[in-house]
This record gives sequence, structure tokens and C-alpha cells, in this order.
Amino acid sequence: MEFALAVVVLAGLVAVVVALPLVRGGGDDTDPVARAELEAAKEAKYREIRDAQLDHEMGKLTDEQFRAVDRELRAEAIAILERVDALDRR
Amino acid sequence: MAGVGSACLVVGLLTAVYAAAISIYGAVAGNRAAVVSGRRAMYCVAGLALTATVILQAAFLRSDFSYKLVAEGSSTDTPGFYKFTAMWATQDGSLLLWAVLMSLFASAVLYTTRRSLRDIAPWATAVLASIAGFFLLLMVGWENPFETLAVVPAEGVGLNPLLRHPAMMIHPPMLYTGYVGFAVPFAFAIGALIVRQTGADWIRATRRFALIAWTFLGAGIMLGALWSYSELGWGGYWAWDPVENASLMPWLIGTAFIHSIMVQEKRGMLKVWNVSLIVATFALSLMGTFLVRSGILDSIHAFGASTVGRQLLILIGIVLIGSTALIVSRLDDLRSKAKLDTLLSREAFFLANNLVLVALCVVVFWGTFFPLISEALSGEEASVGPPWFNRVTTPLALVLVALAAIGPVVPWRRAGRALLLRSFRLPLTVAAVTLVALLAFTDAADSTLSLVMFVLISLVLSVVFQELWRGTRARQTIAKVAWPRALGQLIGRNRRRYGGYVVHSGIALLFLGVAASSAFQIQRDVRLSPGESFEVGGYEITYDRATAEIGRDAAGTGAPITLGAVLTARRDGEEQVLHPSRNFYPSRSGAAGPIGRFFEGEATSEVAVRWGLRRDLWAAVRPDIADLEPAIREADSRFADSGQDVQAVVVAALVERYRNNSPPANFRAIESPLVSWIWIGGMIVVLGALIAVWPAPETRLRRVTSIYAAKLGKELSRV
Repeated sequence: MEFALAVVVLAGLVAVVVALPLVRGGGDDTDPVARAELEAAKEAKYREIRDAQLDHEMGKLTDEQFRAVDRELRAEAIAILERVDALDRR
Repeated sequence: MAGVGSACLVVGLLTAVYAAAISIYGAVAGNRAAVVSGRRAMYCVAGLALTATVILQAAFLRSDFSYKLVAEGSSTDTPGFYKFTAMWATQDGSLLLWAVLMSLFASAVLYTTRRSLRDIAPWATAVLASIAGFFLLLMVGWENPFETLAVVPAEGVGLNPLLRHPAMMIHPPMLYTGYVGFAVPFAFAIGALIVRQTGADWIRATRRFALIAWTFLGAGIMLGALWSYSELGWGGYWAWDPVENASLMPWLIGTAFIHSIMVQEKRGMLKVWNVSLIVATFALSLMGTFLVRSGILDSIHAFGASTVGRQLLILIGIVLIGSTALIVSRLDDLRSKAKLDTLLSREAFFLANNLVLVALCVVVFWGTFFPLISEALSGEEASVGPPWFNRVTTPLALVLVALAAIGPVVPWRRAGRALLLRSFRLPLTVAAVTLVALLAFTDAADSTLSLVMFVLISLVLSVVFQELWRGTRARQTIAKVAWPRALGQLIGRNRRRYGGYVVHSGIALLFLGVAASSAFQIQRDVRLSPGESFEVGGYEITYDRATAEIGRDAAGTGAPITLGAVLTARRDGEEQVLHPSRNFYPSRSGAAGPIGRFFEGEATSEVAVRWGLRRDLWAAVRPDIADLEPAIREADSRFADSGQDVQAVVVAALVERYRNNSPPANFRAIESPLVSWIWIGGMIVVLGALIAVWPAPETRLRRVTSIYAAKLGKELSRV
């Protein structure tokens, strides 16, 4: 009896929690999702730029190597930032 | 409340099935509401599993023997701490621990990725829900921890005395957290493969979880080793036992994974390798659980045969076959555009490190399963022992340490010869000085492999020191700050890199302890009467007298009788007193007499260790109670019908007699050099992992200033 009652109560609670988004419809706003993905990509690119800077400062990359790597990474970072701007303009 | 607990499991199982189904529907139909519903369902599974755990823990704490699990795994005289941890000493309880940790980890990662990985996350939810559902199914179908007894016993069997050790009780949750944690990157890898988004997004989202899992698994392995060293009474910390190996294998492959994902993040390479590694890591994690519970291999850890071994094997099969098929079907998407420029690059060294780690795992796997392999091939069960493992793994470990020394110095893409020469000048000088010093002032040359290991360790430590030194100098120049602040800024701004270096230092120190204690340990087994002495290493040890206590077990394990010895160890004019002992737990079999049962149950060693940075002195005693046996037999017959109070007085008298007579006893003493560095190294590894996992503080600032960064970036890109 205790088991059956508990199953009914718990299942009811779960049903309310999981059904709410279905009843409301729509789910997550898609913009925050896309923005978060771009933010994560931007963070990762920034980390790469910082890594390259540190390697250069420590003498692991020559000036020439660093310029090439840094230019490439910054161009990639800008592309991400432009996508963020485009999202903002929408 | 047992009914409520069972209901939590049943509803949890149904909810997990729903979470998997609705998430797949949401992913296929592009229905965001369904995806959110699936994620919420996973939170509910975590809530239900947690509720079930709380109910079961409450039953253990109040010694409710109407629960079969409590009656079999605890007793009224089990100390409170061990009652709390007794849940995972049982099979049903450890399955519940798996389910609750699994669902909590899944909820955490689904919460953190709720606004990212829109396409991958629903599939990952389905995978995580399926795994959590599988463990709930095991409990609902075969091993229900809420099973109750029709006749409630007055007393429980009690927790296995061997498990009454703080390290051992924290060790299982640590291992399980590690096993479970690897399910997260596995699930997202599967999701990424399904939707053909095989870039580094899934790695970025789950890297922290992988690192947390790796840290917990490593800490769990270390705690298991500490338990072995200080509880099992044999004096070692690693026996290449199948269950030990089962936890080591996913850790090795997990180590390879957390290195190689950096190559994918930086260069977009090793995609097939990375998904294969995480599949192998998770499959080996399941294998670890299977080996502990199946009893298919002889192990000191195999606490009883399992009824769920076959089901676990089926899951492992599904994971391996399903994942392999998925990887093969996505080979085109996994092909890397970048190529390895040269063997003198960071990525090449990461690859080499990966190959060595995988080779180590293959060797451990072969040795672990050799009894089954030999039985299948020849019909006779044979096993390889620790000497085989040591012989085969030591050269690989040396290569691994060498790679840990070289890797950090080498830059990504390509390293110039001049740079390498400049970078290795100091470390190689330190290594050479170390070699000369070891040859001149120690007997390290007696073990060539250990000598090589010591030199390589000095190389690793000097490389890490040099990296910190150079980085700090560079930071000082840029930020114009004093060196302590520069060092702090350096680590704070590059936590992942310098956390990794701290981990390398910890691993080096750990290997220092392993190499020294393995090659130069001195052990003596003797039988002594009080007043007699023996020598071990540089110590002279005297057996002063016997000790015997009732209900005063120093380790707080709840043992009613503790017999031991007082030893005095002398070295270089200094004296140290040691108190090794042996705890006796009453037998509950009924075959022993009312008095004899106090001496004939399980017994565990409480070893005495004098910890030291240079060496440990380790001592264990095995009291000889043969002289007491006639008196015990007589007491069994005379006091069979007496009350418990009278029997307690008789037991106390026998214990008193042991103490006063001080009979001969058997001793094992070990002088083990540098063994403490294993535990110190382990703690440094955890510290390094924490540094690497901790989020960078400047994230918020960078977001605010992203517009300026973009402007600056645009200007620079035009140059």
C-alpha cells in the first residue's frame, strides 16, 4: 500500500515537472543557446591567443612564428565576434 | 519507508526511460520543448535517486534490520561513521551509489550546457538517461536495496571488519565518482557523432567533467593503496590485484584522453582517437564495476558473487559495439584537416604519451585477464604475478616520465633545435648532477631502473621549475610586479597549463616513492618473546611487552578485543615506540562457543607506522593466542548458559591473562625509503587538478571588454 501510494505521488510530481515545458510550448529561447555556444568558442580562442603569447614571452616561439600564429588566431576570434554581433542585430 | 524507497527506484526508472525517449524525439523533431522536458526528467531522476539514498542511509543509521541490506551490512555495534558508509560495502547499495552519482553528474552537465550544444545535448541526455536507467533497472529487477525481511533479526551481521578503515570507506565513492564522471564526455561524444558535429565543442563543454572524473578516480586509487598499506597487514600498497587493476585501466586511458583532447582543441587533430579513447575509458569504468561485483577473478576485493554480472557485461558489449559502429559510420566527419608538421612538436609528444599510456593499459589488461585467457586456451587457470607486472610496466613508466619531462618544453606545431637546446640546458644539468650525486652518495646504483627513474624525475621537476621561473620572469616584465604576484598571475591566467605542470610534479614525486620503496625496501618476519630484538634496515627493534584491551580499539572500528605489542625501535641513538595491534571481531556463525566466538571471528591488522620523508618504519603483529585456547575451551563449556554480563567478565579475564603472560608473537617489520612521497605526490596531483579545473577569474571581465578586444583584434589582423 505504501509502495503504491508513493508511486502515484512521485509519478504525479514528476509528471508535473516534465510536462510544464510541453504545456507552455516553445522550450528554450534559441538565441541564448546560440550565444552561449559562441561565447564558449570565443573563450577557447582567447585562451589559445593567451597561450601563444605566453609561449612567445617565454621564448618558445620566435617573433616570426608568433606573428603568424597570433594573426591566425585573432582572425578566427574576430570571426566569432562578428557572429556574436550578427546575433545581437537580429 | 522501504516502500517509498522502492517507489523512488521504480518511478526513477520510468522517468529515465521517458528522459531518453523524449530527448530523442526532441532531437529528431527539432522540438525544443521536448528537449527541455527530457532535461527536466533527468533532474527528477537525480532527485528520486537522492531520495532513495537518504531513505536507505537513514535505515543504516538507525540500525533498522527490517531492511535486508542493513541486517547483512551493519550492526548496532558498528560505529556511526561506518554505518553511514556501509551502504556501498554491499552490492545493492553500491548500485544505488552508481545511480545517484550518475544522475547527479548528468544533471550538473545538462544544467551547465542548457544554453549550448543545442544539437548534441539532447542525444547526450538520452545516453546519460539510458545509463542511469540501466542501473535503476538492475535494482528494480534484481538487487533491490529496499528488500525487507519477514522476520526482523535482533542484530545485524555487521560491516566487514576489513572495510572499517576511513580510507576504504571514502575510496568506493571516489572511484564511482570517477567511473560515473567519465560517462559525461562519453555521452557528449556519442551525441557529437550522431549529429556529425565532431569539432571541439563537445570537448570544451565536458573537459572539466572529464578532469573531475580523472581526479576522483586517481584519488580513489590512492586511497585504496593507502588502505592496503595501513590495513591489510602485508606492508605493500599495490599488489596488481584484479580489482586494483580494474580501477587503474580507465585512469590510464582517461589520462591519455585529457592529454589528447588538447590536440583536438588546438589543432583539430586526433578526432577518431579521442572518441575512441573516451569510449574505452567509459567501457573500462563499467568493467571496473563488473570486476568488483562479478567475482570472476580472484581478488581480495571481490566481496561476494554478483547476480548482475551478466547484465553489466551486456551493457559493456552495447557500449563497445554501438560506439564502434557509430565511429566507423562517421569516419569521414572525423577526418582531420591538419597534419602533424614534425615529430618535434607538442602534439607529437602528446601522441607518444598516449601510445605509452594505452600500451600500459593493454599490458595491465592482459595480466589481469590472463587467468581467464589461459583457462580458455589451455583449460588450466594460470596467473601472472606482481613480478611480471613490475617487469613489463617499469620500462613503460620510465618512457612516460621522460615524455612528461620533455613535453612541456616543446611548443605546438614546430620546435626549433636552438629552442630545445636552450630549454634543456638547465634540466639536463640538474639531471646530470642528480646522477652523479646518487652514484657518489647513495646505493641507488644497486637498481639500475630505479636510478634511471630518479634521474628522469629530477628532469621532470627541473623542467616544471624552469617553466614556472621563465613564465614568472615574463609576467614580471609585462605587468611590472614583484615575482610572487607575477607567479600568482601566471598561474591564475593559465590555470590549465600550470595546473597540469603541478600534476606532473605530483606524479614525479609519486614515482619517486614507488621506485625507492620498491627497489630498496627491507622486510623482516620474526617470532619474538618479550625482551627479544631483531634488526630491519638500520633499526634495532625490541618487543617490550604484549598489550590487550577490551573495547578500546584505537582506530575506532568497534572491535571488542584488541591484542597487540609495544615495540621500541632504535636508530642512530634515537628511540621510537610503536604499538601495532590486531583487532578481533566476534564470529556470528554460531559454530564457535559463547566465549570462543570473540577470538574466532575475523581479525584485522592495525599496523604501526612511523611516517617520515626519508623513510617509513612499518610494523604489524600477529598475536599468538594458542596459550589461551585451553582456557577458552573450558570457558565455552562452563559459561555456555551464563548471561552476557558474566561472559563479558570471562572474556575480560582471558584478555587480562594474555596481557600479563605476554606470550611470543609474530611480527613483520619493514623499512621503506621515501614511501611517504607517494601520498604527498598524490595530494599534489589533486591540487594541480583543482587548479586546472577552477574557472578562470577574468572570464567576466573579458565578456565586458569583448567589443574593445574585437576592435583591437581587427586592427591587428590588418597588419
